[in-house]
Amino acid sequence: MIHQYQLNGYNIVLDVCSGAVHLVDELAYEMIALYETMPREGVLTAMRERFRGDASVSEEELALCYDEIRALEEDGQLFTPDTWADSAGTLKERGGDVIKALCLHVAHTCNLNCSYCFASQGRYHGERAIMSAEVGRRALDFLIEHSGTRHNLEVDFFGGEPLMNFDVVKELVAYARTREKETGKHFRFTLTTNGMLIDDDVIDFCNREMSNVVLSLDGRKEVHDRYRVDYAGNGSWERIVPKFQRLVQARGGKNYYMRGTFTHRNPDFLQDIRQMLDLGFTELSMEPVVCAPEDPSALTAEDLEIVKRQYEELALLMLEREKEGRPFTFYHYMLDLAGGPCIYKRISGCGSGTEYMAVTPGGDLYPCHQFVGEERFRLGDIWHGIDNPEVRGEFAACNVYAKPECRDCWARLYCSGGCAANAYHATGSITGVYEAGCELFRKRMECAIMMAAARADAGAAAQTAES
Amino acid sequence: MERKHIVTLKTRNLCESARKGGCGECQTSCQSACKTSCGIANQQCENAEARK
Repeated sequence: MIHQYQLNGYNIVLDVCSGAVHLVDELAYEMIALYETMPREGVLTAMRERFRGDASVSEEELALCYDEIRALEEDGQLFTPDTWADSAGTLKERGGDVIKALCLHVAHTCNLNCSYCFASQGRYHGERAIMSAEVGRRALDFLIEHSGTRHNLEVDFFGGEPLMNFDVVKELVAYARTREKETGKHFRFTLTTNGMLIDDDVIDFCNREMSNVVLSLDGRKEVHDRYRVDYAGNGSWERIVPKFQRLVQARGGKNYYMRGTFTHRNPDFLQDIRQMLDLGFTELSMEPVVCAPEDPSALTAEDLEIVKRQYEELALLMLEREKEGRPFTFYHYMLDLAGGPCIYKRISGCGSGTEYMAVTPGGDLYPCHQFVGEERFRLGDIWHGIDNPEVRGEFAACNVYAKPECRDCWARLYCSGGCAANAYHATGSITGVYEAGCELFRKRMECAIMMAAARADAGAAAQTAES
Repeated sequence: MERKHIVTLKTRNLCESARKGGCGECQTSCQSACKTSCGIANQQCENAEARK
């Protein structure tokens, strides 16, 4: 299977099953589209007709172009057949029962009252609760016990607002560091925060211990303050921005993301990206809101068209800023074509419910943070382990080839079936498909791949100029 | 063969990656970044040996 598209003046052809990406001229672009539909002579006749009057397309060129396409096909870089479908289930099962990542819900409470919060203001449809150090330590032990031979273990401090339980966060990190020495494991910690409680102590700690921090900021003040308000209804932008700036400045190049949400109120989210850039932030992640379709903040069909155009403009802005020596990162455009994930990962997709789980303040296990509070999905607890093998089995069997709609999608080995929680909330099944999310994902991949093509093109042009 | 109409970008060959991949050390979910959608292609392979 191939996917062809034109963007920013580039003709791009993806060979889905090998992962190859080709940048082609107009003749090759049109010839590739016909290649599998008719024999050689038919293709050449159609192209002769199509390019009649174009002096640059001679008989020789037609034959040469056809031969280039055929050579790529023979080399397994074009029209590569899909050989993954039959083995997809087995590939995912290779992970066995290993658990290597936990999302620790250290605080099911929040000091902000954001109406669009998927966690219902941090309570996840339940009572307010704080994780004790004892539960947290047991969760870390549970993770080590179930991590098999995995070296890198990921732990995310999440909420609600995790800094409302900062002492426990510090205690758990210290505990994990002692366990690292005993076990040879390596913990990577992440903390997601709304910024309200950031102070010098938090900054020092995060910059020392967190391999990544996720800082919630929606961009423009009026956009941010529409949703991200305290319990008195006051916006939080002016209070958190200076704190985020101090934290990022002190971070010394370590990973962070400014993580914003865009909704029906701001499908023109590029303005929010620009605002973040103006504030000095360069590592950015803006996400479409996750909510029920009837929610007033939900993106409409009209919004999706605006958002897609915004993604294109964002890609152009990034390329422009790269040229000017002022680059910035957008999480979804971080596509390392040469060093990305292997086919096992691409088929298995998200590890939710198998190698990744969320732990509630009371120690219950769920497939991921977005399933917490959905009783049907409770997997067990950190003392007794998994007592709901049916649900874990559902997640273990969930791979990109388990979703009928994905089988014909060109982006299946880029998204790997997408988010199980989004699928569940949109369709009632984790093997369903959240079509609006797919549409945006495909657009993001087209943009990210176009950017890779533009960089390669600029590199080649620079080389030619040098020689 | 030298090509005139098609430039191929440097990409990881997925068929090849079936032989050396699957170590399981890479990031497992969206957890440490966006939190609400999981794209896999933008994650990094942790296995330098397998990437070769």
